[in-house]
Amino acid sequence: MLEISGLHAWYDESHVLHGMDFTVQEGEVVTLLGRNGAGKSTTLKSIMGLIPKRAGSIRFRGQELIAARPDRIGRQGIGFCPEERGIFASLSVQENLLLPPVVAPGGLTIAEIHALFPNLHERARSPGTKLSGGEQQMLAIARILRTGAKLLLLDEPTEGLAPVIVQQIGHMIEAIKRRGFTILLVEQNFRFVSKLADRHYLVEQGKIVDMIPAHALASRMDDLHNRLGV
Amino acid sequence: MVMVLGKPLPLLFGQLLLGLINGSFYAMLSMGLAIIFGLLRIINFAHGAMFMVGAFVTWGLLTYLGIGFWGAIICAPLPVGLLGMAAERFLIRPIYKLDILYGLLLTFGLAQVLQGLATNFFGVSGVSYDPPAAFARVVNLGFMYMPLYRGFVVFAAIIVCGGTWLIVEKTRLGALLRAATENPALVQAFGVNVPRLLALTFGGGVALAGLAGVLAAPLYAVNPGMGSDLIDTVFAVVVIGGMGSIGGAILTGFGLGIIEGFTDVFYPPGSAVVVFVVMAIVLLARPAGLFGKAA
Repeated sequence: MLEISGLHAWYDESHVLHGMDFTVQEGEVVTLLGRNGAGKSTTLKSIMGLIPKRAGSIRFRGQELIAARPDRIGRQGIGFCPEERGIFASLSVQENLLLPPVVAPGGLTIAEIHALFPNLHERARSPGTKLSGGEQQMLAIARILRTGAKLLLLDEPTEGLAPVIVQQIGHMIEAIKRRGFTILLVEQNFRFVSKLADRHYLVEQGKIVDMIPAHALASRMDDLHNRLGV
Repeated sequence: MVMVLGKPLPLLFGQLLLGLINGSFYAMLSMGLAIIFGLLRIINFAHGAMFMVGAFVTWGLLTYLGIGFWGAIICAPLPVGLLGMAAERFLIRPIYKLDILYGLLLTFGLAQVLQGLATNFFGVSGVSYDPPAAFARVVNLGFMYMPLYRGFVVFAAIIVCGGTWLIVEKTRLGALLRAATENPALVQAFGVNVPRLLALTFGGGVALAGLAGVLAAPLYAVNPGMGSDLIDTVFAVVVIGGMGSIGGAILTGFGLGIIEGFTDVFYPPGSAVVVFVVMAIVLLARPAGLFGKAA
């Protein structure tokens, strides 16, 4: 579904991605693991076209996106949930939820989203940023579920959240995976992703250095803990 | 005669109306500026010139095409908006990434060009335009005589401001605008053509200035300097209201028009500067403006 090859990216003059190569198959949950500054978030932003200077190849369902504008990439059916969540303060919860345009059929209906996230229904009229951190994270994910995007890029959805909320988000990701969504997940929370993902890519200094399928994870624990510094 | 604070009541009402009329133009113009600044981060110094262009288009529609005032209300803002969109596309878009001062300089230059062109074609004194026949009379309100067209201008300005506010605060288009004001990159990643939204917003903002120009045509002399005369005060209104706050721009526009009108009664020499005195006080007390959020 998504094939990244030889992806380079630069912030101004600093070279952040040094030839990323990885793939995501339809229906998979795939994580990018790595230390801070390894280039995981930059990879997601590069896929969305949000890093102006990038080179290499990003193919989504066979379409080359490396030179495309962010709105064209979004329209292809890739939903993005940024690290800072990107909830709009001047929009109500409901407006935040309805903001991303529908890009393809097959997204969740508002009723389904409210069933999955009852809080968003109760607080529909509150300003988006008056929600708790966990609720904002739910909203940030919920709003890309209704657009019909089938590939979701989630950047550190558990960052700064209480364990009970992290657990809820885990259940939610399982639920949307069962609905056939494909998810590329950036995470620092190793325990969280170890139960969710089909495969893990290890990112170091802007490159993929290893790929670990879920079944091999247990035997690699010690090694990974060392490399991730967790 | 009834006196209030030593002034005849009809005089006070007359000044209130005058203040409301000036306030109408302050509100309509500063609202467009606030919308444009909020989304594009461009301080549009050409806004007054667009207002002037709107007035001249109104005159031109009647003189060359026989389209009267009511037709002009519909037709005149359109070419002004298109002119704005062309300016955004070919002049402003290349400088978004530069410091905000470049946009200010560019639009200031654009204003000079438009004003110069108008002076070249119509002379400094400009042309005159009559109010629509239906409003070309004075009505007795009991407490004062009011030229009907002036009342209409205030009414129209309230409708225009209220309508714009509703669009921005209550519609999906408005939600897109507000979201793109906060985080344009993310809105674009959701699949929204943000460059087009910016062009439409600039076009819409200056079309509002054009519409204000239509309303002004029967009221003031249609002349090349009519925009630049007004725009200094309008910028003060935007600063007082808080850059980027639309409701703030509307309320501040009307409020300052009224303050100006009454200052003229009680201390005539102060009427030209009172807006700037208020601006200085507001900036000292609340640097982000009365309705602005601290950056």
